Amino acid sequence: MEQATDAPLKKTALNARHRASGAKMVPFGGWDMPVEYSGIVAEHMAVRERVGLFDVSHMGQIEIAGKDALAAVQRFSCNDASKLANGQAQYSGLMTPEGTLVDDLLVYRLAAQHFLLVVNASHIAEDFAYIAETIAAVGDAIAVDASSRYALLAVQGPRALEVLQPLTGVDLAAIKYYAFAHGEVASVRATISRTGYTGEDGFEVFVPPQSADRVWLALLQSGASAGIVPCGLGARDTLRLEASMRLYGNDIDRTTTPFEAGLGWIVALGKGDFVGADALKRQKTEGLQRKLVGFEMVDRGIARQGYDLCAVGGTDKIGAVTSGTQTPFLKKAIGMGYVPIGYAATGTELDVNIRGRRTRAKVVPMPFYKRSA
Amino acid sequence: MAYPAGYKYSKDHEWIELDGDTGRVGITDYAQQQLGDVVYIELPEVGTKLKAGQSFGTIESVKAVAELYAPVGGEVVEVNASLRDKPEVINSNPHDSWMIVLKLADAPGAPGASGTPGINAASSLLDAAQYADLIK
Repeated sequence: MEQATDAPLKKTALNARHRASGAKMVPFGGWDMPVEYSGIVAEHMAVRERVGLFDVSHMGQIEIAGKDALAAVQRFSCNDASKLANGQAQYSGLMTPEGTLVDDLLVYRLAAQHFLLVVNASHIAEDFAYIAETIAAVGDAIAVDASSRYALLAVQGPRALEVLQPLTGVDLAAIKYYAFAHGEVASVRATISRTGYTGEDGFEVFVPPQSADRVWLALLQSGASAGIVPCGLGARDTLRLEASMRLYGNDIDRTTTPFEAGLGWIVALGKGDFVGADALKRQKTEGLQRKLVGFEMVDRGIARQGYDLCAVGGTDKIGAVTSGTQTPFLKKAIGMGYVPIGYAATGTELDVNIRGRRTRAKVVPMPFYKRSA
Repeated sequence: MAYPAGYKYSKDHEWIELDGDTGRVGITDYAQQQLGDVVYIELPEVGTKLKAGQSFGTIESVKAVAELYAPVGGEVVEVNASLRDKPEVINSNPHDSWMIVLKLADAPGAPGASGTPGINAASSLLDAAQYADLIK
């Protein structure tokens, strides 16, 4: 989400590279970021069919360390971090006492007493303050905002492995999905994680900011024959939406619980007490009032964030679109939005109010796109 | 991309190619660059009467929705329906991708001519050199 602020925009270590390469730049979450290089459609298709390179250094990194680091992570997050071995990561939520989401995040177990959290760019300060406050009573655990120590590059697409492998001695094929390894990339100290936000195979590479440009150029060179293209946040958004990955600020926020968002798989109610657990248990017992659904347009038109969702034939707003676009790969107008539970079943028809015009849509299963294994 | 010398341009980044009392209307190369990949267009019905500056449709890229504005007043006498199925040609060929043909409002014999600026307004539009200055 873009937020109006008087503060100057922050720049990643690759900002000069983006500008010199002619990327179209926009403010995003307080950062000056590339929205597109060669065009959202071309970049989106490159990632689905070949490989794309993203600068996601605006993402925040918070480290949790200490003898009670695991207990601390368990306290503020809803997934079960005790299931992680060293070198494994999981998707989780940073919880309010009401069971809603302060942020969504990835939790990496670096060592038994040392975790790395990757959080959304516009929420770094807020998350850090909240985490520090929440874990104060847990025992021997501290939180450190380490965001300035990392640049983060994402190599995404079916050919990501063959592009990255020549630059590193780490055996990439041995890294499972949601696992990571330490090593070097282009002779730069790096942590390589098999994760991403595109719905494709790929890697996210943590490097020191001062070496980010070197790694960026090495990846473009290594990927030239595979047809790699630099990509902006525009394609990142359409790719994640096709893959039905939730975007914080659009599809999930402090008013939504993981259950409502269809993220029940990251809620580990059996792991012991955590912030928000009571509220989530109650919601699980009582059942959901509303739910995030995926829909595709039946009539011509594109649903956008904020447009009203209405029952067919009804006049009242029953929900709102949280994300929506015309997607380049599926070539369909799709979206997500919250609706009362009675309208959430697959096949249910809804009307989207597109600038005053009732436009038919229907609920479809998510994900919209799933890569073939 | 060059801006055709025979066209007139509005500050809203539409062009009009005048031919007697009618004109073909489209959006400029600058406008399509600002929008990015065009994926959707909504055009008016033939017979729609427009004032200068009035919206005649919408154009959507992956990221954005933009209004299309009539550079002059007049009546829509033809619509380029082929753009609905392949709106991406507006990116590749903006100055040939006409959207509507307007019969100018104050052309002799034009309907609804009174007080609506048409041909007179067209003369106050920008020429190619002035438009190139505008977007510098």
